[in-house]
Amino acid sequence: MEMKVAKKKLGLKERYRVMTRDLGWEPSYHTKEALYPYVGYEGIKIHDWEKWEDPFRLTMDAYWKYQAEKERKFYAIVDAHAQNNGHLNLTDARYLSALKIFLQAISPGEYAAHKGFARAGREFPGVGTQVACQMQAIDEIRHAQTQIHALSNYNKYYDGFHAFSDQRDRIWYTSVPRSFFDDAMSAGPFEFMVAIGFSFEYVLTNLLFVPFMSGAAYNGDMATVTFGFSAQSDEARHMTLGLECIKFLLEQDPANVPIVQAWFDKWFWRGFRVLGLVSTMMDYMLPKRVMSWREAWNMYGIENGTALFNDLARYGIRPPKGWDDAEKAIDHMSHQFMLGLYQWSFGTSFHSWIPSDDEMAWLSKKYPTTFDKYYRPRWDHIKKLAAAGTPYKNYGLPKLCQTCQLPTVFTEPEDPTLICHREVEYKGERYHFCSDGCQHIFENEPEKYIQAWLPMPQIHQDPIRGDLGAWMDWVNLKDGQDNGDYVGSNDQRNFDAWRGLATSNE
Amino acid sequence: MQIDLRTVSIEPRRNTFDHLARRFGDKPASRYQEGSYDIQATENLHYLPTWDPEQQLYDASITKIVMEDWYALKDPRQFYYSTYTLARARQQDTAESNFDFVESHGLGEMLPAELRDVALKVLVPLRHAAWGANLNNTFICGYGYGTTFTQPCMYHAMDNLGIAQYLSRLGLLLGDLEALDAGKAAWLEGAAWQPLRRYVEDTMMVRDPFELFVAQNVALDGLLYPLVYDRIVDDFLSARGASAVAMLTQFMSDWSVETRKWIDAVLKVAAAESEHNREVLQGWIKDWSSRAASAMVPIVEQAIGPHADDAVGEQLAVLKARIQKTGIAL
Repeated sequence: MEMKVAKKKLGLKERYRVMTRDLGWEPSYHTKEALYPYVGYEGIKIHDWEKWEDPFRLTMDAYWKYQAEKERKFYAIVDAHAQNNGHLNLTDARYLSALKIFLQAISPGEYAAHKGFARAGREFPGVGTQVACQMQAIDEIRHAQTQIHALSNYNKYYDGFHAFSDQRDRIWYTSVPRSFFDDAMSAGPFEFMVAIGFSFEYVLTNLLFVPFMSGAAYNGDMATVTFGFSAQSDEARHMTLGLECIKFLLEQDPANVPIVQAWFDKWFWRGFRVLGLVSTMMDYMLPKRVMSWREAWNMYGIENGTALFNDLARYGIRPPKGWDDAEKAIDHMSHQFMLGLYQWSFGTSFHSWIPSDDEMAWLSKKYPTTFDKYYRPRWDHIKKLAAAGTPYKNYGLPKLCQTCQLPTVFTEPEDPTLICHREVEYKGERYHFCSDGCQHIFENEPEKYIQAWLPMPQIHQDPIRGDLGAWMDWVNLKDGQDNGDYVGSNDQRNFDAWRGLATSNE
Repeated sequence: MQIDLRTVSIEPRRNTFDHLARRFGDKPASRYQEGSYDIQATENLHYLPTWDPEQQLYDASITKIVMEDWYALKDPRQFYYSTYTLARARQQDTAESNFDFVESHGLGEMLPAELRDVALKVLVPLRHAAWGANLNNTFICGYGYGTTFTQPCMYHAMDNLGIAQYLSRLGLLLGDLEALDAGKAAWLEGAAWQPLRRYVEDTMMVRDPFELFVAQNVALDGLLYPLVYDRIVDDFLSARGASAVAMLTQFMSDWSVETRKWIDAVLKVAAAESEHNREVLQGWIKDWSSRAASAMVPIVEQAIGPHADDAVGEQLAVLKARIQKTGIAL
């Protein structure tokens, strides 16, 4: 028994060191440069990987235990939701457009993050960093899978979900998030961490998840609420990792600061463009609104962002370059997006619609300086056309931004009546951009962005050759079912009929 | 909004997602299928990697193995995140009570000193080898192609880390921090450990994901786990009264048996695909398993002395027989 008493009890930090960092060693049969070949070429200088502070100290035994508990709860709720026709609790089936976009555009991003963090979890030389990235890699596949599983039951009853795997690689609007994640994964490990770990997970994730999950709760979607809540504690870990990573880079060498700043500028603007779709969801797609995109931006963008920028100022980091342009776009972007989605709704695997009078009243209240002045007249015009039996469809192909891949539907920061359009000539070709932010990103790495796959030129190439029907087959879009106006859709008809069955006494 | 709904029966409009209906027919899909098939991007990739512009972002051609459909490499355990985590959480419960039992009954202190020394000498440096395995499986997941092949590698990597941590706890329990320090010194400098450390560092240079799968999961772990946990822990230590050690390593024994099913299934399908694959696998397995066998001899010697050569030879024969069953002649 004496021996037991004599045994040292390790402190938490020391114990975690023994369980992770101490597992590594200085290689001698190969050089570190040979074992970690990708860690040098970005120009980031790391002098001491030991200075990495573990953002959370989770050993595998505890990880399995906590995560299994969450998994049990998650699947119990999702099963019950499916068994009890939980989809009939939705406020309205219009809400499903947000979920369709999520499954086609965001869940594949979770999977890409899974792969990217697995690569980072191998390429960084420090054990602490490796383990943190690996845990995020396994979490991210969890998120992709729980999302698919939660939304699988909706696919059984509603259109637009059935081809998410085909549409991830082919339909035009998913190339926005796909190019975002491809961009991060084709970058070096440090830029990947700043792109996904920091800019996306730390700076922007609240703007995606909080509105999404509250939107789900407000609109009776228990399945989505459940995956959101279940992912929340993972996200908290990921945010801590993102912040730790950026501080580590900045503290290791002053020469890292300008590199990190350039990435911060780039990835803030890339992320802001991707999240633009969230603005449309919040302002237009939720039958029962949580808050406006403007309100969400004030709360999660400005407040959190300002605190973060103040925190990083001591390293010489300034707010990202596009910050002011972002602020100027907030009161316009959801309207510009939704008008775009409506006019191209023949080509989307989700429905859009003209906002009702009530909804327009809400929009003018939330956007007192912009909605009535710039956007209501356009909706009124579109409404008139629809009433006359000649709904507004734009069969012309939109011009896509070479960087963010969104149609160039945004206006000049200083003039909301003028479409913002930039172009650059590079090696004899002309490239188009939606904004100064996207143009700068291109100009910093033209050789990368000229490679971008653009879905609109694809429409004129094999196997489509400009034939809209052939394009719909190629992207697996069922015309008259998945696309078009919500009014008159299968989703509307079925939801109303099923809900009628469930709430009436017939 | 919560509405009281009557229970109604509504006919589903479709059974599953289109990509699954194309693969498995128009019927409801399992959660393993939903969470595994065709969820990796495959075409219209945007940019070439700046870290190696010779390869695509997801590139099946960075390995010599050629598959018509990489999703054919499925996991017979049908592990997706949830089933994987639940399985490991159950094993973790057992491991936890085993550690508690050994600790609370003072079984560590009761071990005969020479047996405890053998346990520490053989097992503790292996935490570093397990960390190498963790990096290698993380690599295979990161750069391999097709989710059915790559997702179990991520789970395997986290298992490797878990094993490194169980071995660290074992070291702490039986010999305190000094045992870990001694184990690390042996791993870095001790003559018996250099062939294995060299093997591990050599595998970390391999950037063909499937070759790495063979070098790590088939060749090295196919020898290391039976040699260490069956031959040394069970046959040698337990037989001499040190069964407390077997309690502390039960996870590794069970894990090795369970994961073997998956590893063999991967080999079998890849080998059945073509003569070319069979030849490539044969070459890799021959090279890596003979190197792994030589690396294991001085380690096993530390426990069973001059019998080590025979033990490793026998185990190599067992491994070969196992591989033959997957359709790869050796």
